[in-house]
Amino acid sequence: MTGEKHTTVARRIIPCLDVRDGQVVKGVQFRDHRVMGDIIELAARYRDEGADELVFYDITASPEGRSVDVDWVRRVSETIDIPFCVAGGIRSVESAALVLSQGADKISINTPALERPGLINELVKAFGSQCVVIGVDSIADGGRHTVRSHTGTPDAMKTPGRETLDWLKEVVDRGAGEVVLNCMSADGTRAGYDIGQLSLAREVLPIPLVASGGAGTVEHFVTVFNQADVDAALAATVFHSGQIPIPGLKQSLAEAGIEVRPC
Amino acid sequence: MSVAVVNSGGANISSVLHALHRLGAEPEFTDDAATIRSADRVILPGVGAAGRAMEVLGEHGLVHTLRELTQPVLGICLGMQLLFDSSEEDNAQLLGIIPGRLRKLEETAELRVPHMGWNSIISQKADSLSDRLNGKWFYFVHSYAAPVNEWTLSTSRHGSTFSAIVRKDNFYGAQFHPERSAGAGAELLRGFLEHPLP
Repeated sequence: MTGEKHTTVARRIIPCLDVRDGQVVKGVQFRDHRVMGDIIELAARYRDEGADELVFYDITASPEGRSVDVDWVRRVSETIDIPFCVAGGIRSVESAALVLSQGADKISINTPALERPGLINELVKAFGSQCVVIGVDSIADGGRHTVRSHTGTPDAMKTPGRETLDWLKEVVDRGAGEVVLNCMSADGTRAGYDIGQLSLAREVLPIPLVASGGAGTVEHFVTVFNQADVDAALAATVFHSGQIPIPGLKQSLAEAGIEVRPC
Repeated sequence: MSVAVVNSGGANISSVLHALHRLGAEPEFTDDAATIRSADRVILPGVGAAGRAMEVLGEHGLVHTLRELTQPVLGICLGMQLLFDSSEEDNAQLLGIIPGRLRKLEETAELRVPHMGWNSIISQKADSLSDRLNGKWFYFVHSYAAPVNEWTLSTSRHGSTFSAIVRKDNFYGAQFHPERSAGAGAELLRGFLEHPLP
């Protein structure tokens, strides 16, 4: 039974579901959120369409200083049989344990890691690197890239004064298992992923890198895998709206020679 | 049928329980030796570090119990790794049911560690449980991997080739997460639940 082509790990397609008050919403450049549908219905739809993983981002959690409501996490875990990550409002080992105990496979932290980087080490020690994803919101700022925190609501957004690449190196040193790099200038524009910034991030990241922000066409996905060598591509609007169906996207990626899991 | 899911510590075990519920099983999540010994099927899940998981099993007095089980046992991810002799991770001594030592996956510019994502498996040996899974895709998340040896049923590859499914007597192990591997994962779990007693 040997001798068949033995592939390597597939590039992942990850729909991101921004959650607010139990509904999936989507805004443009983090503003003006519109309701897109019910969490469980959308999660089941993406599972059926062949999504490789889901990210649920509780956008109300972090700016308002509260943690995620975990009941929907359990309902998602009961419903779907693909991995999912929960982001937003996790600011301690205890709140992470609560989300993981309801069935989330990974937790993603962003603002709390910037406020207290030692939290990354604590989470890695408690749950292992494979559970700990760092979300990074980054803006091209002249010739530099700098991070933003508290991005869930525009009024709360802050600029902690860190260079993105320095921060990425630090989270690796602290044991993070994966990075989702959201290029905010591209987010919601559907003008394509920020290939330049993602390529720079790739050079400093030995761990999996997930591209986020800017997906608008199938070609954008082909380009981000081929040119920025990311491990996964995350998108929201183009999937929620049905503009890019995942089976067709994966077919196109396979035809372009990119390894994907068949739907 | 009674299914015992062994409490080996780690926060995110409920996805395994949810997957078994979806298949109509009623698993019991337990660290009680008598419950584990009397179950028709035993699943050993695990997420986190090998050394810590062995400590938890030791604290619950389960090391000897697990080694002596005669019903079908399935180790998942870290639970599969625990079946081996030892690991480079924390230089941990494991259950020693299957010969071999876990090694850290090689990290290069092209190979990211953890090996995180979907990968396909290739059957290396005939077995009624793994035969039907040849060429299928499963979700992996791990940084240490088991060697390919005489107990290997299926392999996968991330730089080097490693054991994806192993079997020694009544002990099965899957490096990937069947509970998070869509239809292919459900097929493995269903096969394990329906697998005739050895």
